[in-house]
Amino acid sequence: MTVTTVARGRKPGLPCHRRVAAFGGIYSNHLALAAALADARRRGVDALYCLGDLGAFGPHPDRVFPLIRGAGVRTVRGNYDDSIARGLEDCQCGYTDPRDNHYARISYQYTLARTSLENRAWLSTLPHERRFLLGDLRVLACHGSPRRMNEFLWETTTPDHFLRNLTGKHHCDVILATHTGLHWKRRLDERRWYVNVGALGRPANDGRTEVWYALLEADGPGLDVEFVPVAYDHEALAREMKEEQLPDEFVETIRTGWWTTCLEVLPAKERARGKW
Amino acid sequence: MSGLPVLREPERSVPAADAPTVPLAALDQLWFQVSGTVCNLRCKHCFISCAPDNHSFWFMGRAEVKRHLEASVDLGVKEYYFTGGEPFMNRDLLGILEDTLALGPATVLTNGTLLPPRTVRALRALAEASRYSLELRVSLDGVTESSNDAIRGAGAFRRTLAGIERLASAGFLPIITAMQTWEDDRSEATLAAFRELLASVGYRRARLKILPPLRIGAEAERSHGYLPEERVTHEMLHGFDLDQLLCRRARLVSARGVHACPILLDASSALLGRSLREAARRPARLAEQACYTCYRSGAICSNVGGSGGNSQ
Repeated sequence: MTVTTVARGRKPGLPCHRRVAAFGGIYSNHLALAAALADARRRGVDALYCLGDLGAFGPHPDRVFPLIRGAGVRTVRGNYDDSIARGLEDCQCGYTDPRDNHYARISYQYTLARTSLENRAWLSTLPHERRFLLGDLRVLACHGSPRRMNEFLWETTTPDHFLRNLTGKHHCDVILATHTGLHWKRRLDERRWYVNVGALGRPANDGRTEVWYALLEADGPGLDVEFVPVAYDHEALAREMKEEQLPDEFVETIRTGWWTTCLEVLPAKERARGKW
Repeated sequence: MSGLPVLREPERSVPAADAPTVPLAALDQLWFQVSGTVCNLRCKHCFISCAPDNHSFWFMGRAEVKRHLEASVDLGVKEYYFTGGEPFMNRDLLGILEDTLALGPATVLTNGTLLPPRTVRALRALAEASRYSLELRVSLDGVTESSNDAIRGAGAFRRTLAGIERLASAGFLPIITAMQTWEDDRSEATLAAFRELLASVGYRRARLKILPPLRIGAEAERSHGYLPEERVTHEMLHGFDLDQLLCRRARLVSARGVHACPILLDASSALLGRSLREAARRPARLAEQACYTCYRSGAICSNVGGSGGNSQ
């Protein structure tokens, strides 16, 4: 599906694509993942990238692995994957609020107990970043930020000059990340971009039940970025979550599109856009 | 360090000569001591003993701050914080925030008592005009007038609540910060009481941040100072994630120079240079006993990060 070429003046061996789908934050939402994979195939992408956090929040964590591996998705390790792979005490999400940590613990203990040893071993093989070429642009795909797996880069607290500095230090033109659960993009100059590809695991705190991924296409010397809403059978997911006795607060988010937990890390503007 | 002013060192234990040092990893947070040590309140827990008559550190002007903001761009700064003293005593503050919000996110640490309707309207306009977040962190140290004012002074409770009410009605979601003066097993009940109080003035989605006490300055007299053994040693840093320390990722600019962190404003060991570049090159020394609190609780000064007294 993908041709690995040596682009002019580039490091040999980097995958080279024209059109890719990138997603992250699966959070065990196997129904949304299946819908997104089908949608991306219909759109004729030549590679699929997952930026990590396969587990958390949702039901039956093992159900996402065959989908990811079966579709040949090039996957990056998220903080959740790192914790589950290594059996750490917590998810390394970086929450500091007691209520946020309470729900994070429930979610993590559920996911750790139900992820098979085989899948945990596979998570431990995932790299912290992946690099590829999109047309002429050097892309770095990571989970939180290129410098820290669990760094939150929110749209309203991340200045242009900070991102330019980051692309320079990490020798890339485009940074793709997830981790925050909210998709956003910013063009920094002629060549340089930051794109948060969003999350497939839970809605974007906007009162809609769809979840989001990003479609990226080389456009001459530039880049075209489109965020794609994915409708899926969210009521079926909510039922599975109820059956698994996951917290009602999580189920409410799936059904309403509003975040009910993990809110204290949100900056003022992002928090104000939500309901809670 | 030649050419830097000699600070009046407050009474405190002698800094450890062989203290560990922490090089700056990246200048993510740039703090400004924008109103120096001048405050309209005289709180009994203030770690730098700010007061109306404490002129040890004076206000910073808009041009002075702007010079540092411009220097911060090449250094890739991520967030800007404004503290004091009481930042709203500085008449340049709104202009300073306008300059800052053109570049990145800004957070103001305030006691909330100097927020008349016209100031709140101006803040609203600044917040709406920027793509970046403007955070207001308002200090409140008790859920009753008597408990709060015992620390923050007579009348502070009512004036702060009035400020919070105005901010909430203008659509702000201020982060209410309280120093933990209660036992850990009272935390849940105390936080619930804070939420109830804030809802009573129309702030129903309250964001709360609980800080551990920093037992220096006025707080050392209110409760007690650090025990001699409460210091950061080289051994304690084995296997420790240095990113938990604010001085790993931040510097504070005052009218006198650039310091390792906002807590150690008046410690001469923490004054690192005149320019951001100079102070970014110099490592911070964990020579002060307040460093022990940061070590135990994480970077408590950041909007997100650190924890209250639970890990103490």
